[in-house]
Amino acid sequence: MTDTLKISDLHVAVEGKPILRGVNLTIRRGETHALMGPNGSGKSTLGNAIMGHPGYEVTGGTIALNDGNVLEWDASERARAGIFMAFQRPMAIPGVKMADFLRHATTNVRNPDRKEGEELIPMRQFRKELTENMEQLRMDVEFARRYVNDGFSGGEMKRAEILQMAMLRPKFAILDETDSGLDVDAVKLASESIAQIGSDAGGGEKMGILIITHHDKLLDRNAPDFTHVMLGGRIVETGGIELARELYTDGYDRIRAAYPEAAAAEESMTETATV
Amino acid sequence: MSATLTNTGFTQEAFDEFLASRNEPVWLSDLRAVAWSRYNELDMPGRRDEEWMRTDIRLLKLDKFGFPTGSRQTELPNALLAEGVELGGRGASFDSHSLQGELEDAWASKGVLYGNLDDMLAEHGERLRPYFERKLVDPLQDKFAALNAACWQSGTVLFVPRGIKIDQPLHTLAVMSDGGVDLHRTLVILEEDAEATLLAETASTETHGGGLHCGAIELIVGKNARLRYVNLQNWGDGVWHFAHQMAHVGQGANLQWTIGALGSRLAKVNQHVALTGIDAEAQVNGAMFTQGKQHLSYNTHQHHRAAHCRSDLLYKSALQDHSRTVWRGMIKVDKGAQRTDAYQRNDNLMLATTARADSIPGLEIEADDVRCTHGSTSGRVDDQQLFYAMTRGYTRKEAVRMIVTGFFQQVFDRITIESVREALGKAIGRRVRDLGE
Repeated sequence: MTDTLKISDLHVAVEGKPILRGVNLTIRRGETHALMGPNGSGKSTLGNAIMGHPGYEVTGGTIALNDGNVLEWDASERARAGIFMAFQRPMAIPGVKMADFLRHATTNVRNPDRKEGEELIPMRQFRKELTENMEQLRMDVEFARRYVNDGFSGGEMKRAEILQMAMLRPKFAILDETDSGLDVDAVKLASESIAQIGSDAGGGEKMGILIITHHDKLLDRNAPDFTHVMLGGRIVETGGIELARELYTDGYDRIRAAYPEAAAAEESMTETATV
Repeated sequence: MSATLTNTGFTQEAFDEFLASRNEPVWLSDLRAVAWSRYNELDMPGRRDEEWMRTDIRLLKLDKFGFPTGSRQTELPNALLAEGVELGGRGASFDSHSLQGELEDAWASKGVLYGNLDDMLAEHGERLRPYFERKLVDPLQDKFAALNAACWQSGTVLFVPRGIKIDQPLHTLAVMSDGGVDLHRTLVILEEDAEATLLAETASTETHGGGLHCGAIELIVGKNARLRYVNLQNWGDGVWHFAHQMAHVGQGANLQWTIGALGSRLAKVNQHVALTGIDAEAQVNGAMFTQGKQHLSYNTHQHHRAAHCRSDLLYKSALQDHSRTVWRGMIKVDKGAQRTDAYQRNDNLMLATTARADSIPGLEIEADDVRCTHGSTSGRVDDQQLFYAMTRGYTRKEAVRMIVTGFFQQVFDRITIESVREALGKAIGRRVRDLGE
């Protein structure tokens, strides 16, 4: 059976304010989905809710990974079940070296049943993999010795997130504007890396990928099987790659006109946000 | 040695008996006698004293303790700082009774003195006397300073002659039995151009052991000398810990002084560094981890007495349960100490809402061409950091432990002795529990 991440009628509130109003989305392993939509439409909220951020309250609906009820798991259990997100603004953890952070993370995610205090993956094997992946991402070896996201430039943070995706080899990866703040060459490299990493999650299996983006460049090497448009906390339209092309060329006017109810919800959300 | 421990209180009778048993030179007995009468004159510090306002010792009954009279020596606890280190010498004491120590011939033959203060004063009294009589720690300043000056026993001395650079760390371990008394005194002297590293740690035979430590530490770092001194306080959590500590750093000299504190029921420590010669430098590092109802109180002084000196203090503490830390820091710059560069910082990581950290920096500056900065922070483990680590597969507990370790890393990064970084990191890592809220 193909691993499937299924989101059904998902409602999410932040600080009591409804943001997602019934999202339906099914991602199978091996598929690439693009999620587009204007700022504030709820794209990052969906990502954070899938990851189990305690500040995002699920007020209705379900998230299932195969037969498992994802909503019953904390963020750590979700990661160990194979769900990953590359954050738009990852947190700095001063005093903790990237290499140490990743060795522990990689161990836990690859051995989901590991008990606290049990052995980490062997240093040699880890070092070798880390170095290979860093070379692929054209990262300096020094990077592994720096503290997690501490003082990283925007570009370095994004690359570090992709590096984590490569090391953790999740079943499903959500990439939240991994292209923002990157120059053209860096986006190209990111696009290639994501395609390459996503094609091999270990054992020859592919990842299921959800790319949240405003641009087309990241999709160059990651042609979406499905493109979804989010507006006012709902996925209002789904199409193929041609929909993505239309949106980054023409914008969201046609979508807003076609879905006045969602557009109204968007407006009220924007107002709330600016209050 | 007697197998019994008689805690008869610090009475006149017991003091006379103690002095008679010591067989010490007159100059030393006289110093003790003066301090003893001062001890008897002084009241216990109370909450009206500014230094003690936040540190309540009303439950301390000194009468319940007394001269360390015997040794119920059991197996010594493991020395954390000595693990995997090739030492140049070692020493140990149990309830303020010195145990066998040793110093590598390579250093002894160069004139280095290292051992317990009792024996060294007996053998090299005239050599050490002038340093002893400098009284870096004023024996008359308060009840605890006077008690130590009058009644100290055992202790550690390190004397490194001019130009000798000891490249192997020296180690000393002071152990206390449950209910025991430790009146340790430390005297370190580095002559001009000398170098040494001294790792000092204290431990109880039992994790929850009680007792009394009243100590004094004096560090004299001569011209262009370099001293790295590490002090790990790891008493049982029932121990009362009082310590006066003073360093004099001479011209062009360098002191790296690291304090780690995990143990004791209540600790009151005065850690003073005086920069006494031009171009002297001191780095002070503190890492504290408290739990239960522990109360650790630190008064730090960075006293710039000469021009062109640098001092840099960083204290970090993490607090669990109902524990409390107090840090009062003072940078004092004398009139002549122009071009001073002084820094002090205290960061507190609150691991429970019931814990409390008081952080009181202070500046007293009489020179006009100086750079003095200070800062302090107190905060909880960041929820966003926790979430981020958990999305990478860390359990909540592992994430907290990692973040706490990272918090201390900034102090550890400054410590140039690898074994110390590792030992402190491990000891702290073992203590981090889940955030139980």
